[in-house]
Amino acid sequence: MAGAPDGRESICYSAGAVRVCRPLEQRRRGRVSMVVEGGRGMALTEAELGELDGGTRLRESPTAKIATEQLGKVFQARNGRVVALREVDLVIPDGQFCCIVGPSGCGKTTLLRILAGLEEHTDGRLKLTHADPTKPLNSMVFQEQSIFPWMTVESNVGYGLKMRRVGGRQRREIVEYYVDKVGLAAFRRAYPHQLSGGMKQRVSVARAFANDPEILLMDEPFAALDEQNKNLLQEELLKIWEESKKTVVFITHSIDEALVLGDRVLVMTASPGTLKADIPVEFPRPRQVYELKASPAFGELAYNVWSQLRDEVMRARDEEAVRP
Amino acid sequence: MSQRAAINPSAPLSRVRAGVGEGGRAARSREVLERAAALLAPLGLLLFWELLVRSAVLDARFFPAPSSIVGTFYTLVFVVPWQNALPNHLLVSLSRAAVGFLLGAIPAIALGVVMGLVPLVRAALQPIIGALFPIPKVAILPLVMLIFGLGEQSKWAIIAIGVFFQVLIATAAGVANIERIYLDVGRNFGASRLETYWTIALPGALPLIFAGIRLGWGVALLLLVTAEMVSSKSGLGYLIWQSWQTFSVEEMYVGLVTIAALGIVSFWLLDAIESWLLPWKARR
Repeated sequence: MAGAPDGRESICYSAGAVRVCRPLEQRRRGRVSMVVEGGRGMALTEAELGELDGGTRLRESPTAKIATEQLGKVFQARNGRVVALREVDLVIPDGQFCCIVGPSGCGKTTLLRILAGLEEHTDGRLKLTHADPTKPLNSMVFQEQSIFPWMTVESNVGYGLKMRRVGGRQRREIVEYYVDKVGLAAFRRAYPHQLSGGMKQRVSVARAFANDPEILLMDEPFAALDEQNKNLLQEELLKIWEESKKTVVFITHSIDEALVLGDRVLVMTASPGTLKADIPVEFPRPRQVYELKASPAFGELAYNVWSQLRDEVMRARDEEAVRP
Repeated sequence: MSQRAAINPSAPLSRVRAGVGEGGRAARSREVLERAAALLAPLGLLLFWELLVRSAVLDARFFPAPSSIVGTFYTLVFVVPWQNALPNHLLVSLSRAAVGFLLGAIPAIALGVVMGLVPLVRAALQPIIGALFPIPKVAILPLVMLIFGLGEQSKWAIIAIGVFFQVLIATAAGVANIERIYLDVGRNFGASRLETYWTIALPGALPLIFAGIRLGWGVALLLLVTAEMVSSKSGLGYLIWQSWQTFSVEEMYVGLVTIAALGIVSFWLLDAIESWLLPWKARR
């Protein structure tokens, strides 16, 4: 399938569809059209998308990088069904830095894993627009320590490129660029056990950027870091992101972090998670983390987000207390 | 290391500072002392043994003096024809152990990785392995000899079987215990199945695989000596068994010491290979 006239490929998944990472692999072998499987996961052009039954929201958002319609996820646990996500309607335009905050256990990570193709949704539809088939669709920065202990900093950063068969010299140049960018030039041949927690997360961020995906998915990447390191990494992330303007979905439990980084903050409800509020963040860029945090507008907006979030946090806490 | 140990984080700073200099020097001289003790104690024991034999407290027929064992060692290495010489026995044994070990370890690692990553394969093989592993491998030596004859093949086979189970179990456990997040990273970055084996499963499991290889090598030496005692005209096991039958006790001791040395040297070698293959493991 050659795609629509403008060369865009939309990949649309109905409930229980194939993983997103499969087209990613197949794209590498130049077979985008083979995404169809069992009539559930479909690679569609914009025109075909228009003929889809239902899917109004998907249809009406042709510029969306990510669009979901009534997206839901039910886990089959041993003692019954657990609804992790319900009725998530979400449209993220290309190039937006979108932050999602929510009480712990609300399903934010599940949502991100669905977008990453690491988890399959069980209800609704998901559309991801893959504009340039020579690039990977998404790369994820994980919450926990996720860089390979058996690889040097360089090999870790170059992992995605290697899997995409980006050749030796080009790969070295890209890796060097991002290793420099995150300030680890002196540690390029170090192994993770020689690095601090902050340095490890820098490697993780560099690995995702070096892979040059269209969408960056970040799952509380700085949650485990101390305050100073966190602020430093936020500034670095902003700097790198402002160069590339990729679409970012950034999960966090910190309102400050969401406001410092994002163009927009989505607030999720307590479990089963769905979207509760959509708050635009219109601070000018480039942003300076500390200056921004000191401004009265920032405090006002933070309070605004918190007032949305507070009830959900309370509810999540009560439910936790009730649970046996 | 010992210097760092000398710094007590909870001590007041002045004491810590003093501790670095003096504690460092003290630690160094303690280290020298410990090395000397490690060297002198066995030498002292040998000397003691020699004295006991010479003063006829120990029966020289069962416990020949170290000096006479050294003499026999010299004879076995330089005097007797090559066919019966110690280096020949050593080489024959080594090649048997090495061939059997490789025949067992390589398929074990390959199968272990697949078992660790594919639950269906694991479910199918687990009960079979669970049933076969506890059988003492020495017990199936007669069967192995029946199938493979009295030649080299039966030695390779019994060693390979013993090594196979040790390495297989360690590898499967190593792969199955890899943090799931690393596999998620592989998927997210588009690693194929083969690439996942090669870049994640295998290196991630390598520390445990190495533990299995150590155990496997121990088993290999054990089965080697047993098989050589039962059906062989060469090798260290044969040397020991032969000297029992001809009551040449000194030769028996030479065989024992050689096996011990072989064990020590091979474990040193494994240590070296491990630190070369696993530069990413924090050293203790």
